[in-house]
Amino acid sequence: MTFSATNLLLVVVLLLNLFFLATSRIRALIQAAALQGVVLGVLPVLIHGRIHWNTALIAIATIVLKGSVIPGMLRRALREAQIKREVEPLIGLVPTMLLGALGTLLSIGFAEGLPLVPEHRGLLIVPASISTVLTGFLLLTTRFKAITQAIGYLVLENGIFIFGLLLLEAMPFLVEIGVLLDLFVGIFVVSIILHHINREFASLDTRRLASLRE
Amino acid sequence: MLLPALIAVPLVAAGVAAALPSERWRPWMLASAAAGHLALTFAALTGPTERSLGGWLALDAPGRLVLLLLSVLFAICAVYAVGYLRYRREISNRVFVPCLLVFLAMTTLVACSQHLGLLWVAIEATTLTTAPLIYFNRTPHSIEATWKYLLVGSVGIAIALLGSFFLAYASLGEESSLLFSDLLARAARMNRSWLHVAFVLLLVGYGTKMGLAPMHTWKPDAYGEAPGVVGALLAGGLTNCAFLALLRVFHICQAAGEGAYASRLLVFFGLLSIGVAAVFMVGQRDFKRMLAYSSVEHMGILVLGVGLGGSGIFAALLHMLNNGITKGVLFLSAANIHRAFDSKSIDDVQGAMRRVPLSGWLFLLGFFAITGSPPFGPFVSEFLVVTRAFAAERFVVGGSFLVLLLVVFVGMGRTVLTVVQGAAPAAASRTSYRDGLLTGLPILVSMGIVLLLGVHIPSPLESLIRAAATLLETTP
Repeated sequence: MTFSATNLLLVVVLLLNLFFLATSRIRALIQAAALQGVVLGVLPVLIHGRIHWNTALIAIATIVLKGSVIPGMLRRALREAQIKREVEPLIGLVPTMLLGALGTLLSIGFAEGLPLVPEHRGLLIVPASISTVLTGFLLLTTRFKAITQAIGYLVLENGIFIFGLLLLEAMPFLVEIGVLLDLFVGIFVVSIILHHINREFASLDTRRLASLRE
Repeated sequence: MLLPALIAVPLVAAGVAAALPSERWRPWMLASAAAGHLALTFAALTGPTERSLGGWLALDAPGRLVLLLLSVLFAICAVYAVGYLRYRREISNRVFVPCLLVFLAMTTLVACSQHLGLLWVAIEATTLTTAPLIYFNRTPHSIEATWKYLLVGSVGIAIALLGSFFLAYASLGEESSLLFSDLLARAARMNRSWLHVAFVLLLVGYGTKMGLAPMHTWKPDAYGEAPGVVGALLAGGLTNCAFLALLRVFHICQAAGEGAYASRLLVFFGLLSIGVAAVFMVGQRDFKRMLAYSSVEHMGILVLGVGLGGSGIFAALLHMLNNGITKGVLFLSAANIHRAFDSKSIDDVQGAMRRVPLSGWLFLLGFFAITGSPPFGPFVSEFLVVTRAFAAERFVVGGSFLVLLLVVFVGMGRTVLTVVQGAAPAAASRTSYRDGLLTGLPILVSMGIVLLLGVHIPSPLESLIRAAATLLETTP
């Protein structure tokens, strides 16, 4: 029961990945990232089967941080910059979405080659994780708005979080919290830098950040 | 309780510095914290091995080496920073000073971390705390450099986290753990596919942080735009923390019997980095960016040495110390020259030996040292790497290494000689900066250390390096 529920949620994660690549509206991107964050928060509880106090704590911290605090910070940066859309990405929306779909297929193939312990067989964790990491990469490399790149980093981190589900027993509580804390401070620093980029260049277009070169 | 104290001292100092209202006195927190840290480091190095936090924190030989380098380099940079910040009264140091201190605390945590996850958290924290340091000058260029640094650095380090997870999962079925001692003990039974992918991810991830080519793109921008003292700490301290992480991962591969696989990759990335750095150093007109490429080159030498194995590991560890301290000389003297001419392009900066004689001479000596001229430290360690390559009958590797070193010498030499020789061009702007005690003496001290390491390595240090090299080759 929890098995199929877990896979169902992982499919939601995969669909959200395609949505990230298909939309140009940044507000929608942030909303989808928040939703993915909430899904990620629920997953450890489902996989663990029973609710232990530190699983619960991490689930709550993840949901609050990825589902509300970080999207809130990004929304504020977006309001300040007064932009709505990612215009003219390096590769168009449809081609990136196709690339994302292709990446998902490849990650399923890649995951086939890696052996899993019996209780993880049949779960979509490894392909979902790699596909999410690839989606983050695509956002980072094909979009030019600094804020979209920050969302790309967030998605990449989500992919790694999914892989961490396989190590639920091994990951000490302190490290889990440390990773979340680093992510929070990271996005915090990024939003400060976004503020300065916007003030200095009157835009969040990273193509303007190209004066340092050989 | 020494290890927790080593991390706590700079953290407390950072808190005090953030609370201090005086812009003039705040920089002195750097010097006092550095003195305390240095004293504790020597106590920890001479004392017995201590384990804290259930084995998560412990100082083994490689950790001791990195800690020693960090503490000495930070002390040098802290004294320099007091002098430097006097010239930069126009910018508040309220963020700068605490961030430098948190940097010291986090790099110390890296040095004594025995847990792959904790190590990752600490290295990521150093990325975040250095971002405001690079942004110190508040110019459009420095924003650009900070953005690239943050993005490339965070993505790289995220890949390293994925690699750490893969490594933990490689010991399928057994109760997974991220403690190095556990990973080493079960290395021989790890699943090869997971281990191979994990090593590549960790190499790319921590290699980004080290600045190995082709993941080095953030380096010239960050080192070019950051204040020289930050450049010195990044090039001499932070990169070596990432190198330590790679060493620990390499050790696990070695214990798993996959040393040959890992070595091939290390030699490849090492030579590639030296080659890419050589190409970009020839004709480089910005002398701070030139130093960044020099850092790429020397990170390449470090992984090349490890990849060659045997005495190459000893050479790499010795080179880590040599390069770290020499980078201090180069970045700090370059910063003084930058300050005296208000430019870092060789179109405007000429005749540094006349305008700032001490910094000019030290910059020149630092150049000779870093390019491997005797009698300075890097000569010994680079010579050992070459000897190892030929002893292991890797003639192509050793030969191309020598050729590339020559290219670097010529390329870097042209830029450095233009900077120090001749007379300042008439158009060069005049500034009030002249060499002073606080911005001169620390560089002189580090030059002395570089010379000492070249003439005679103190025997406790040599046995420490030997112990570290032996440890990295033993498999439980």
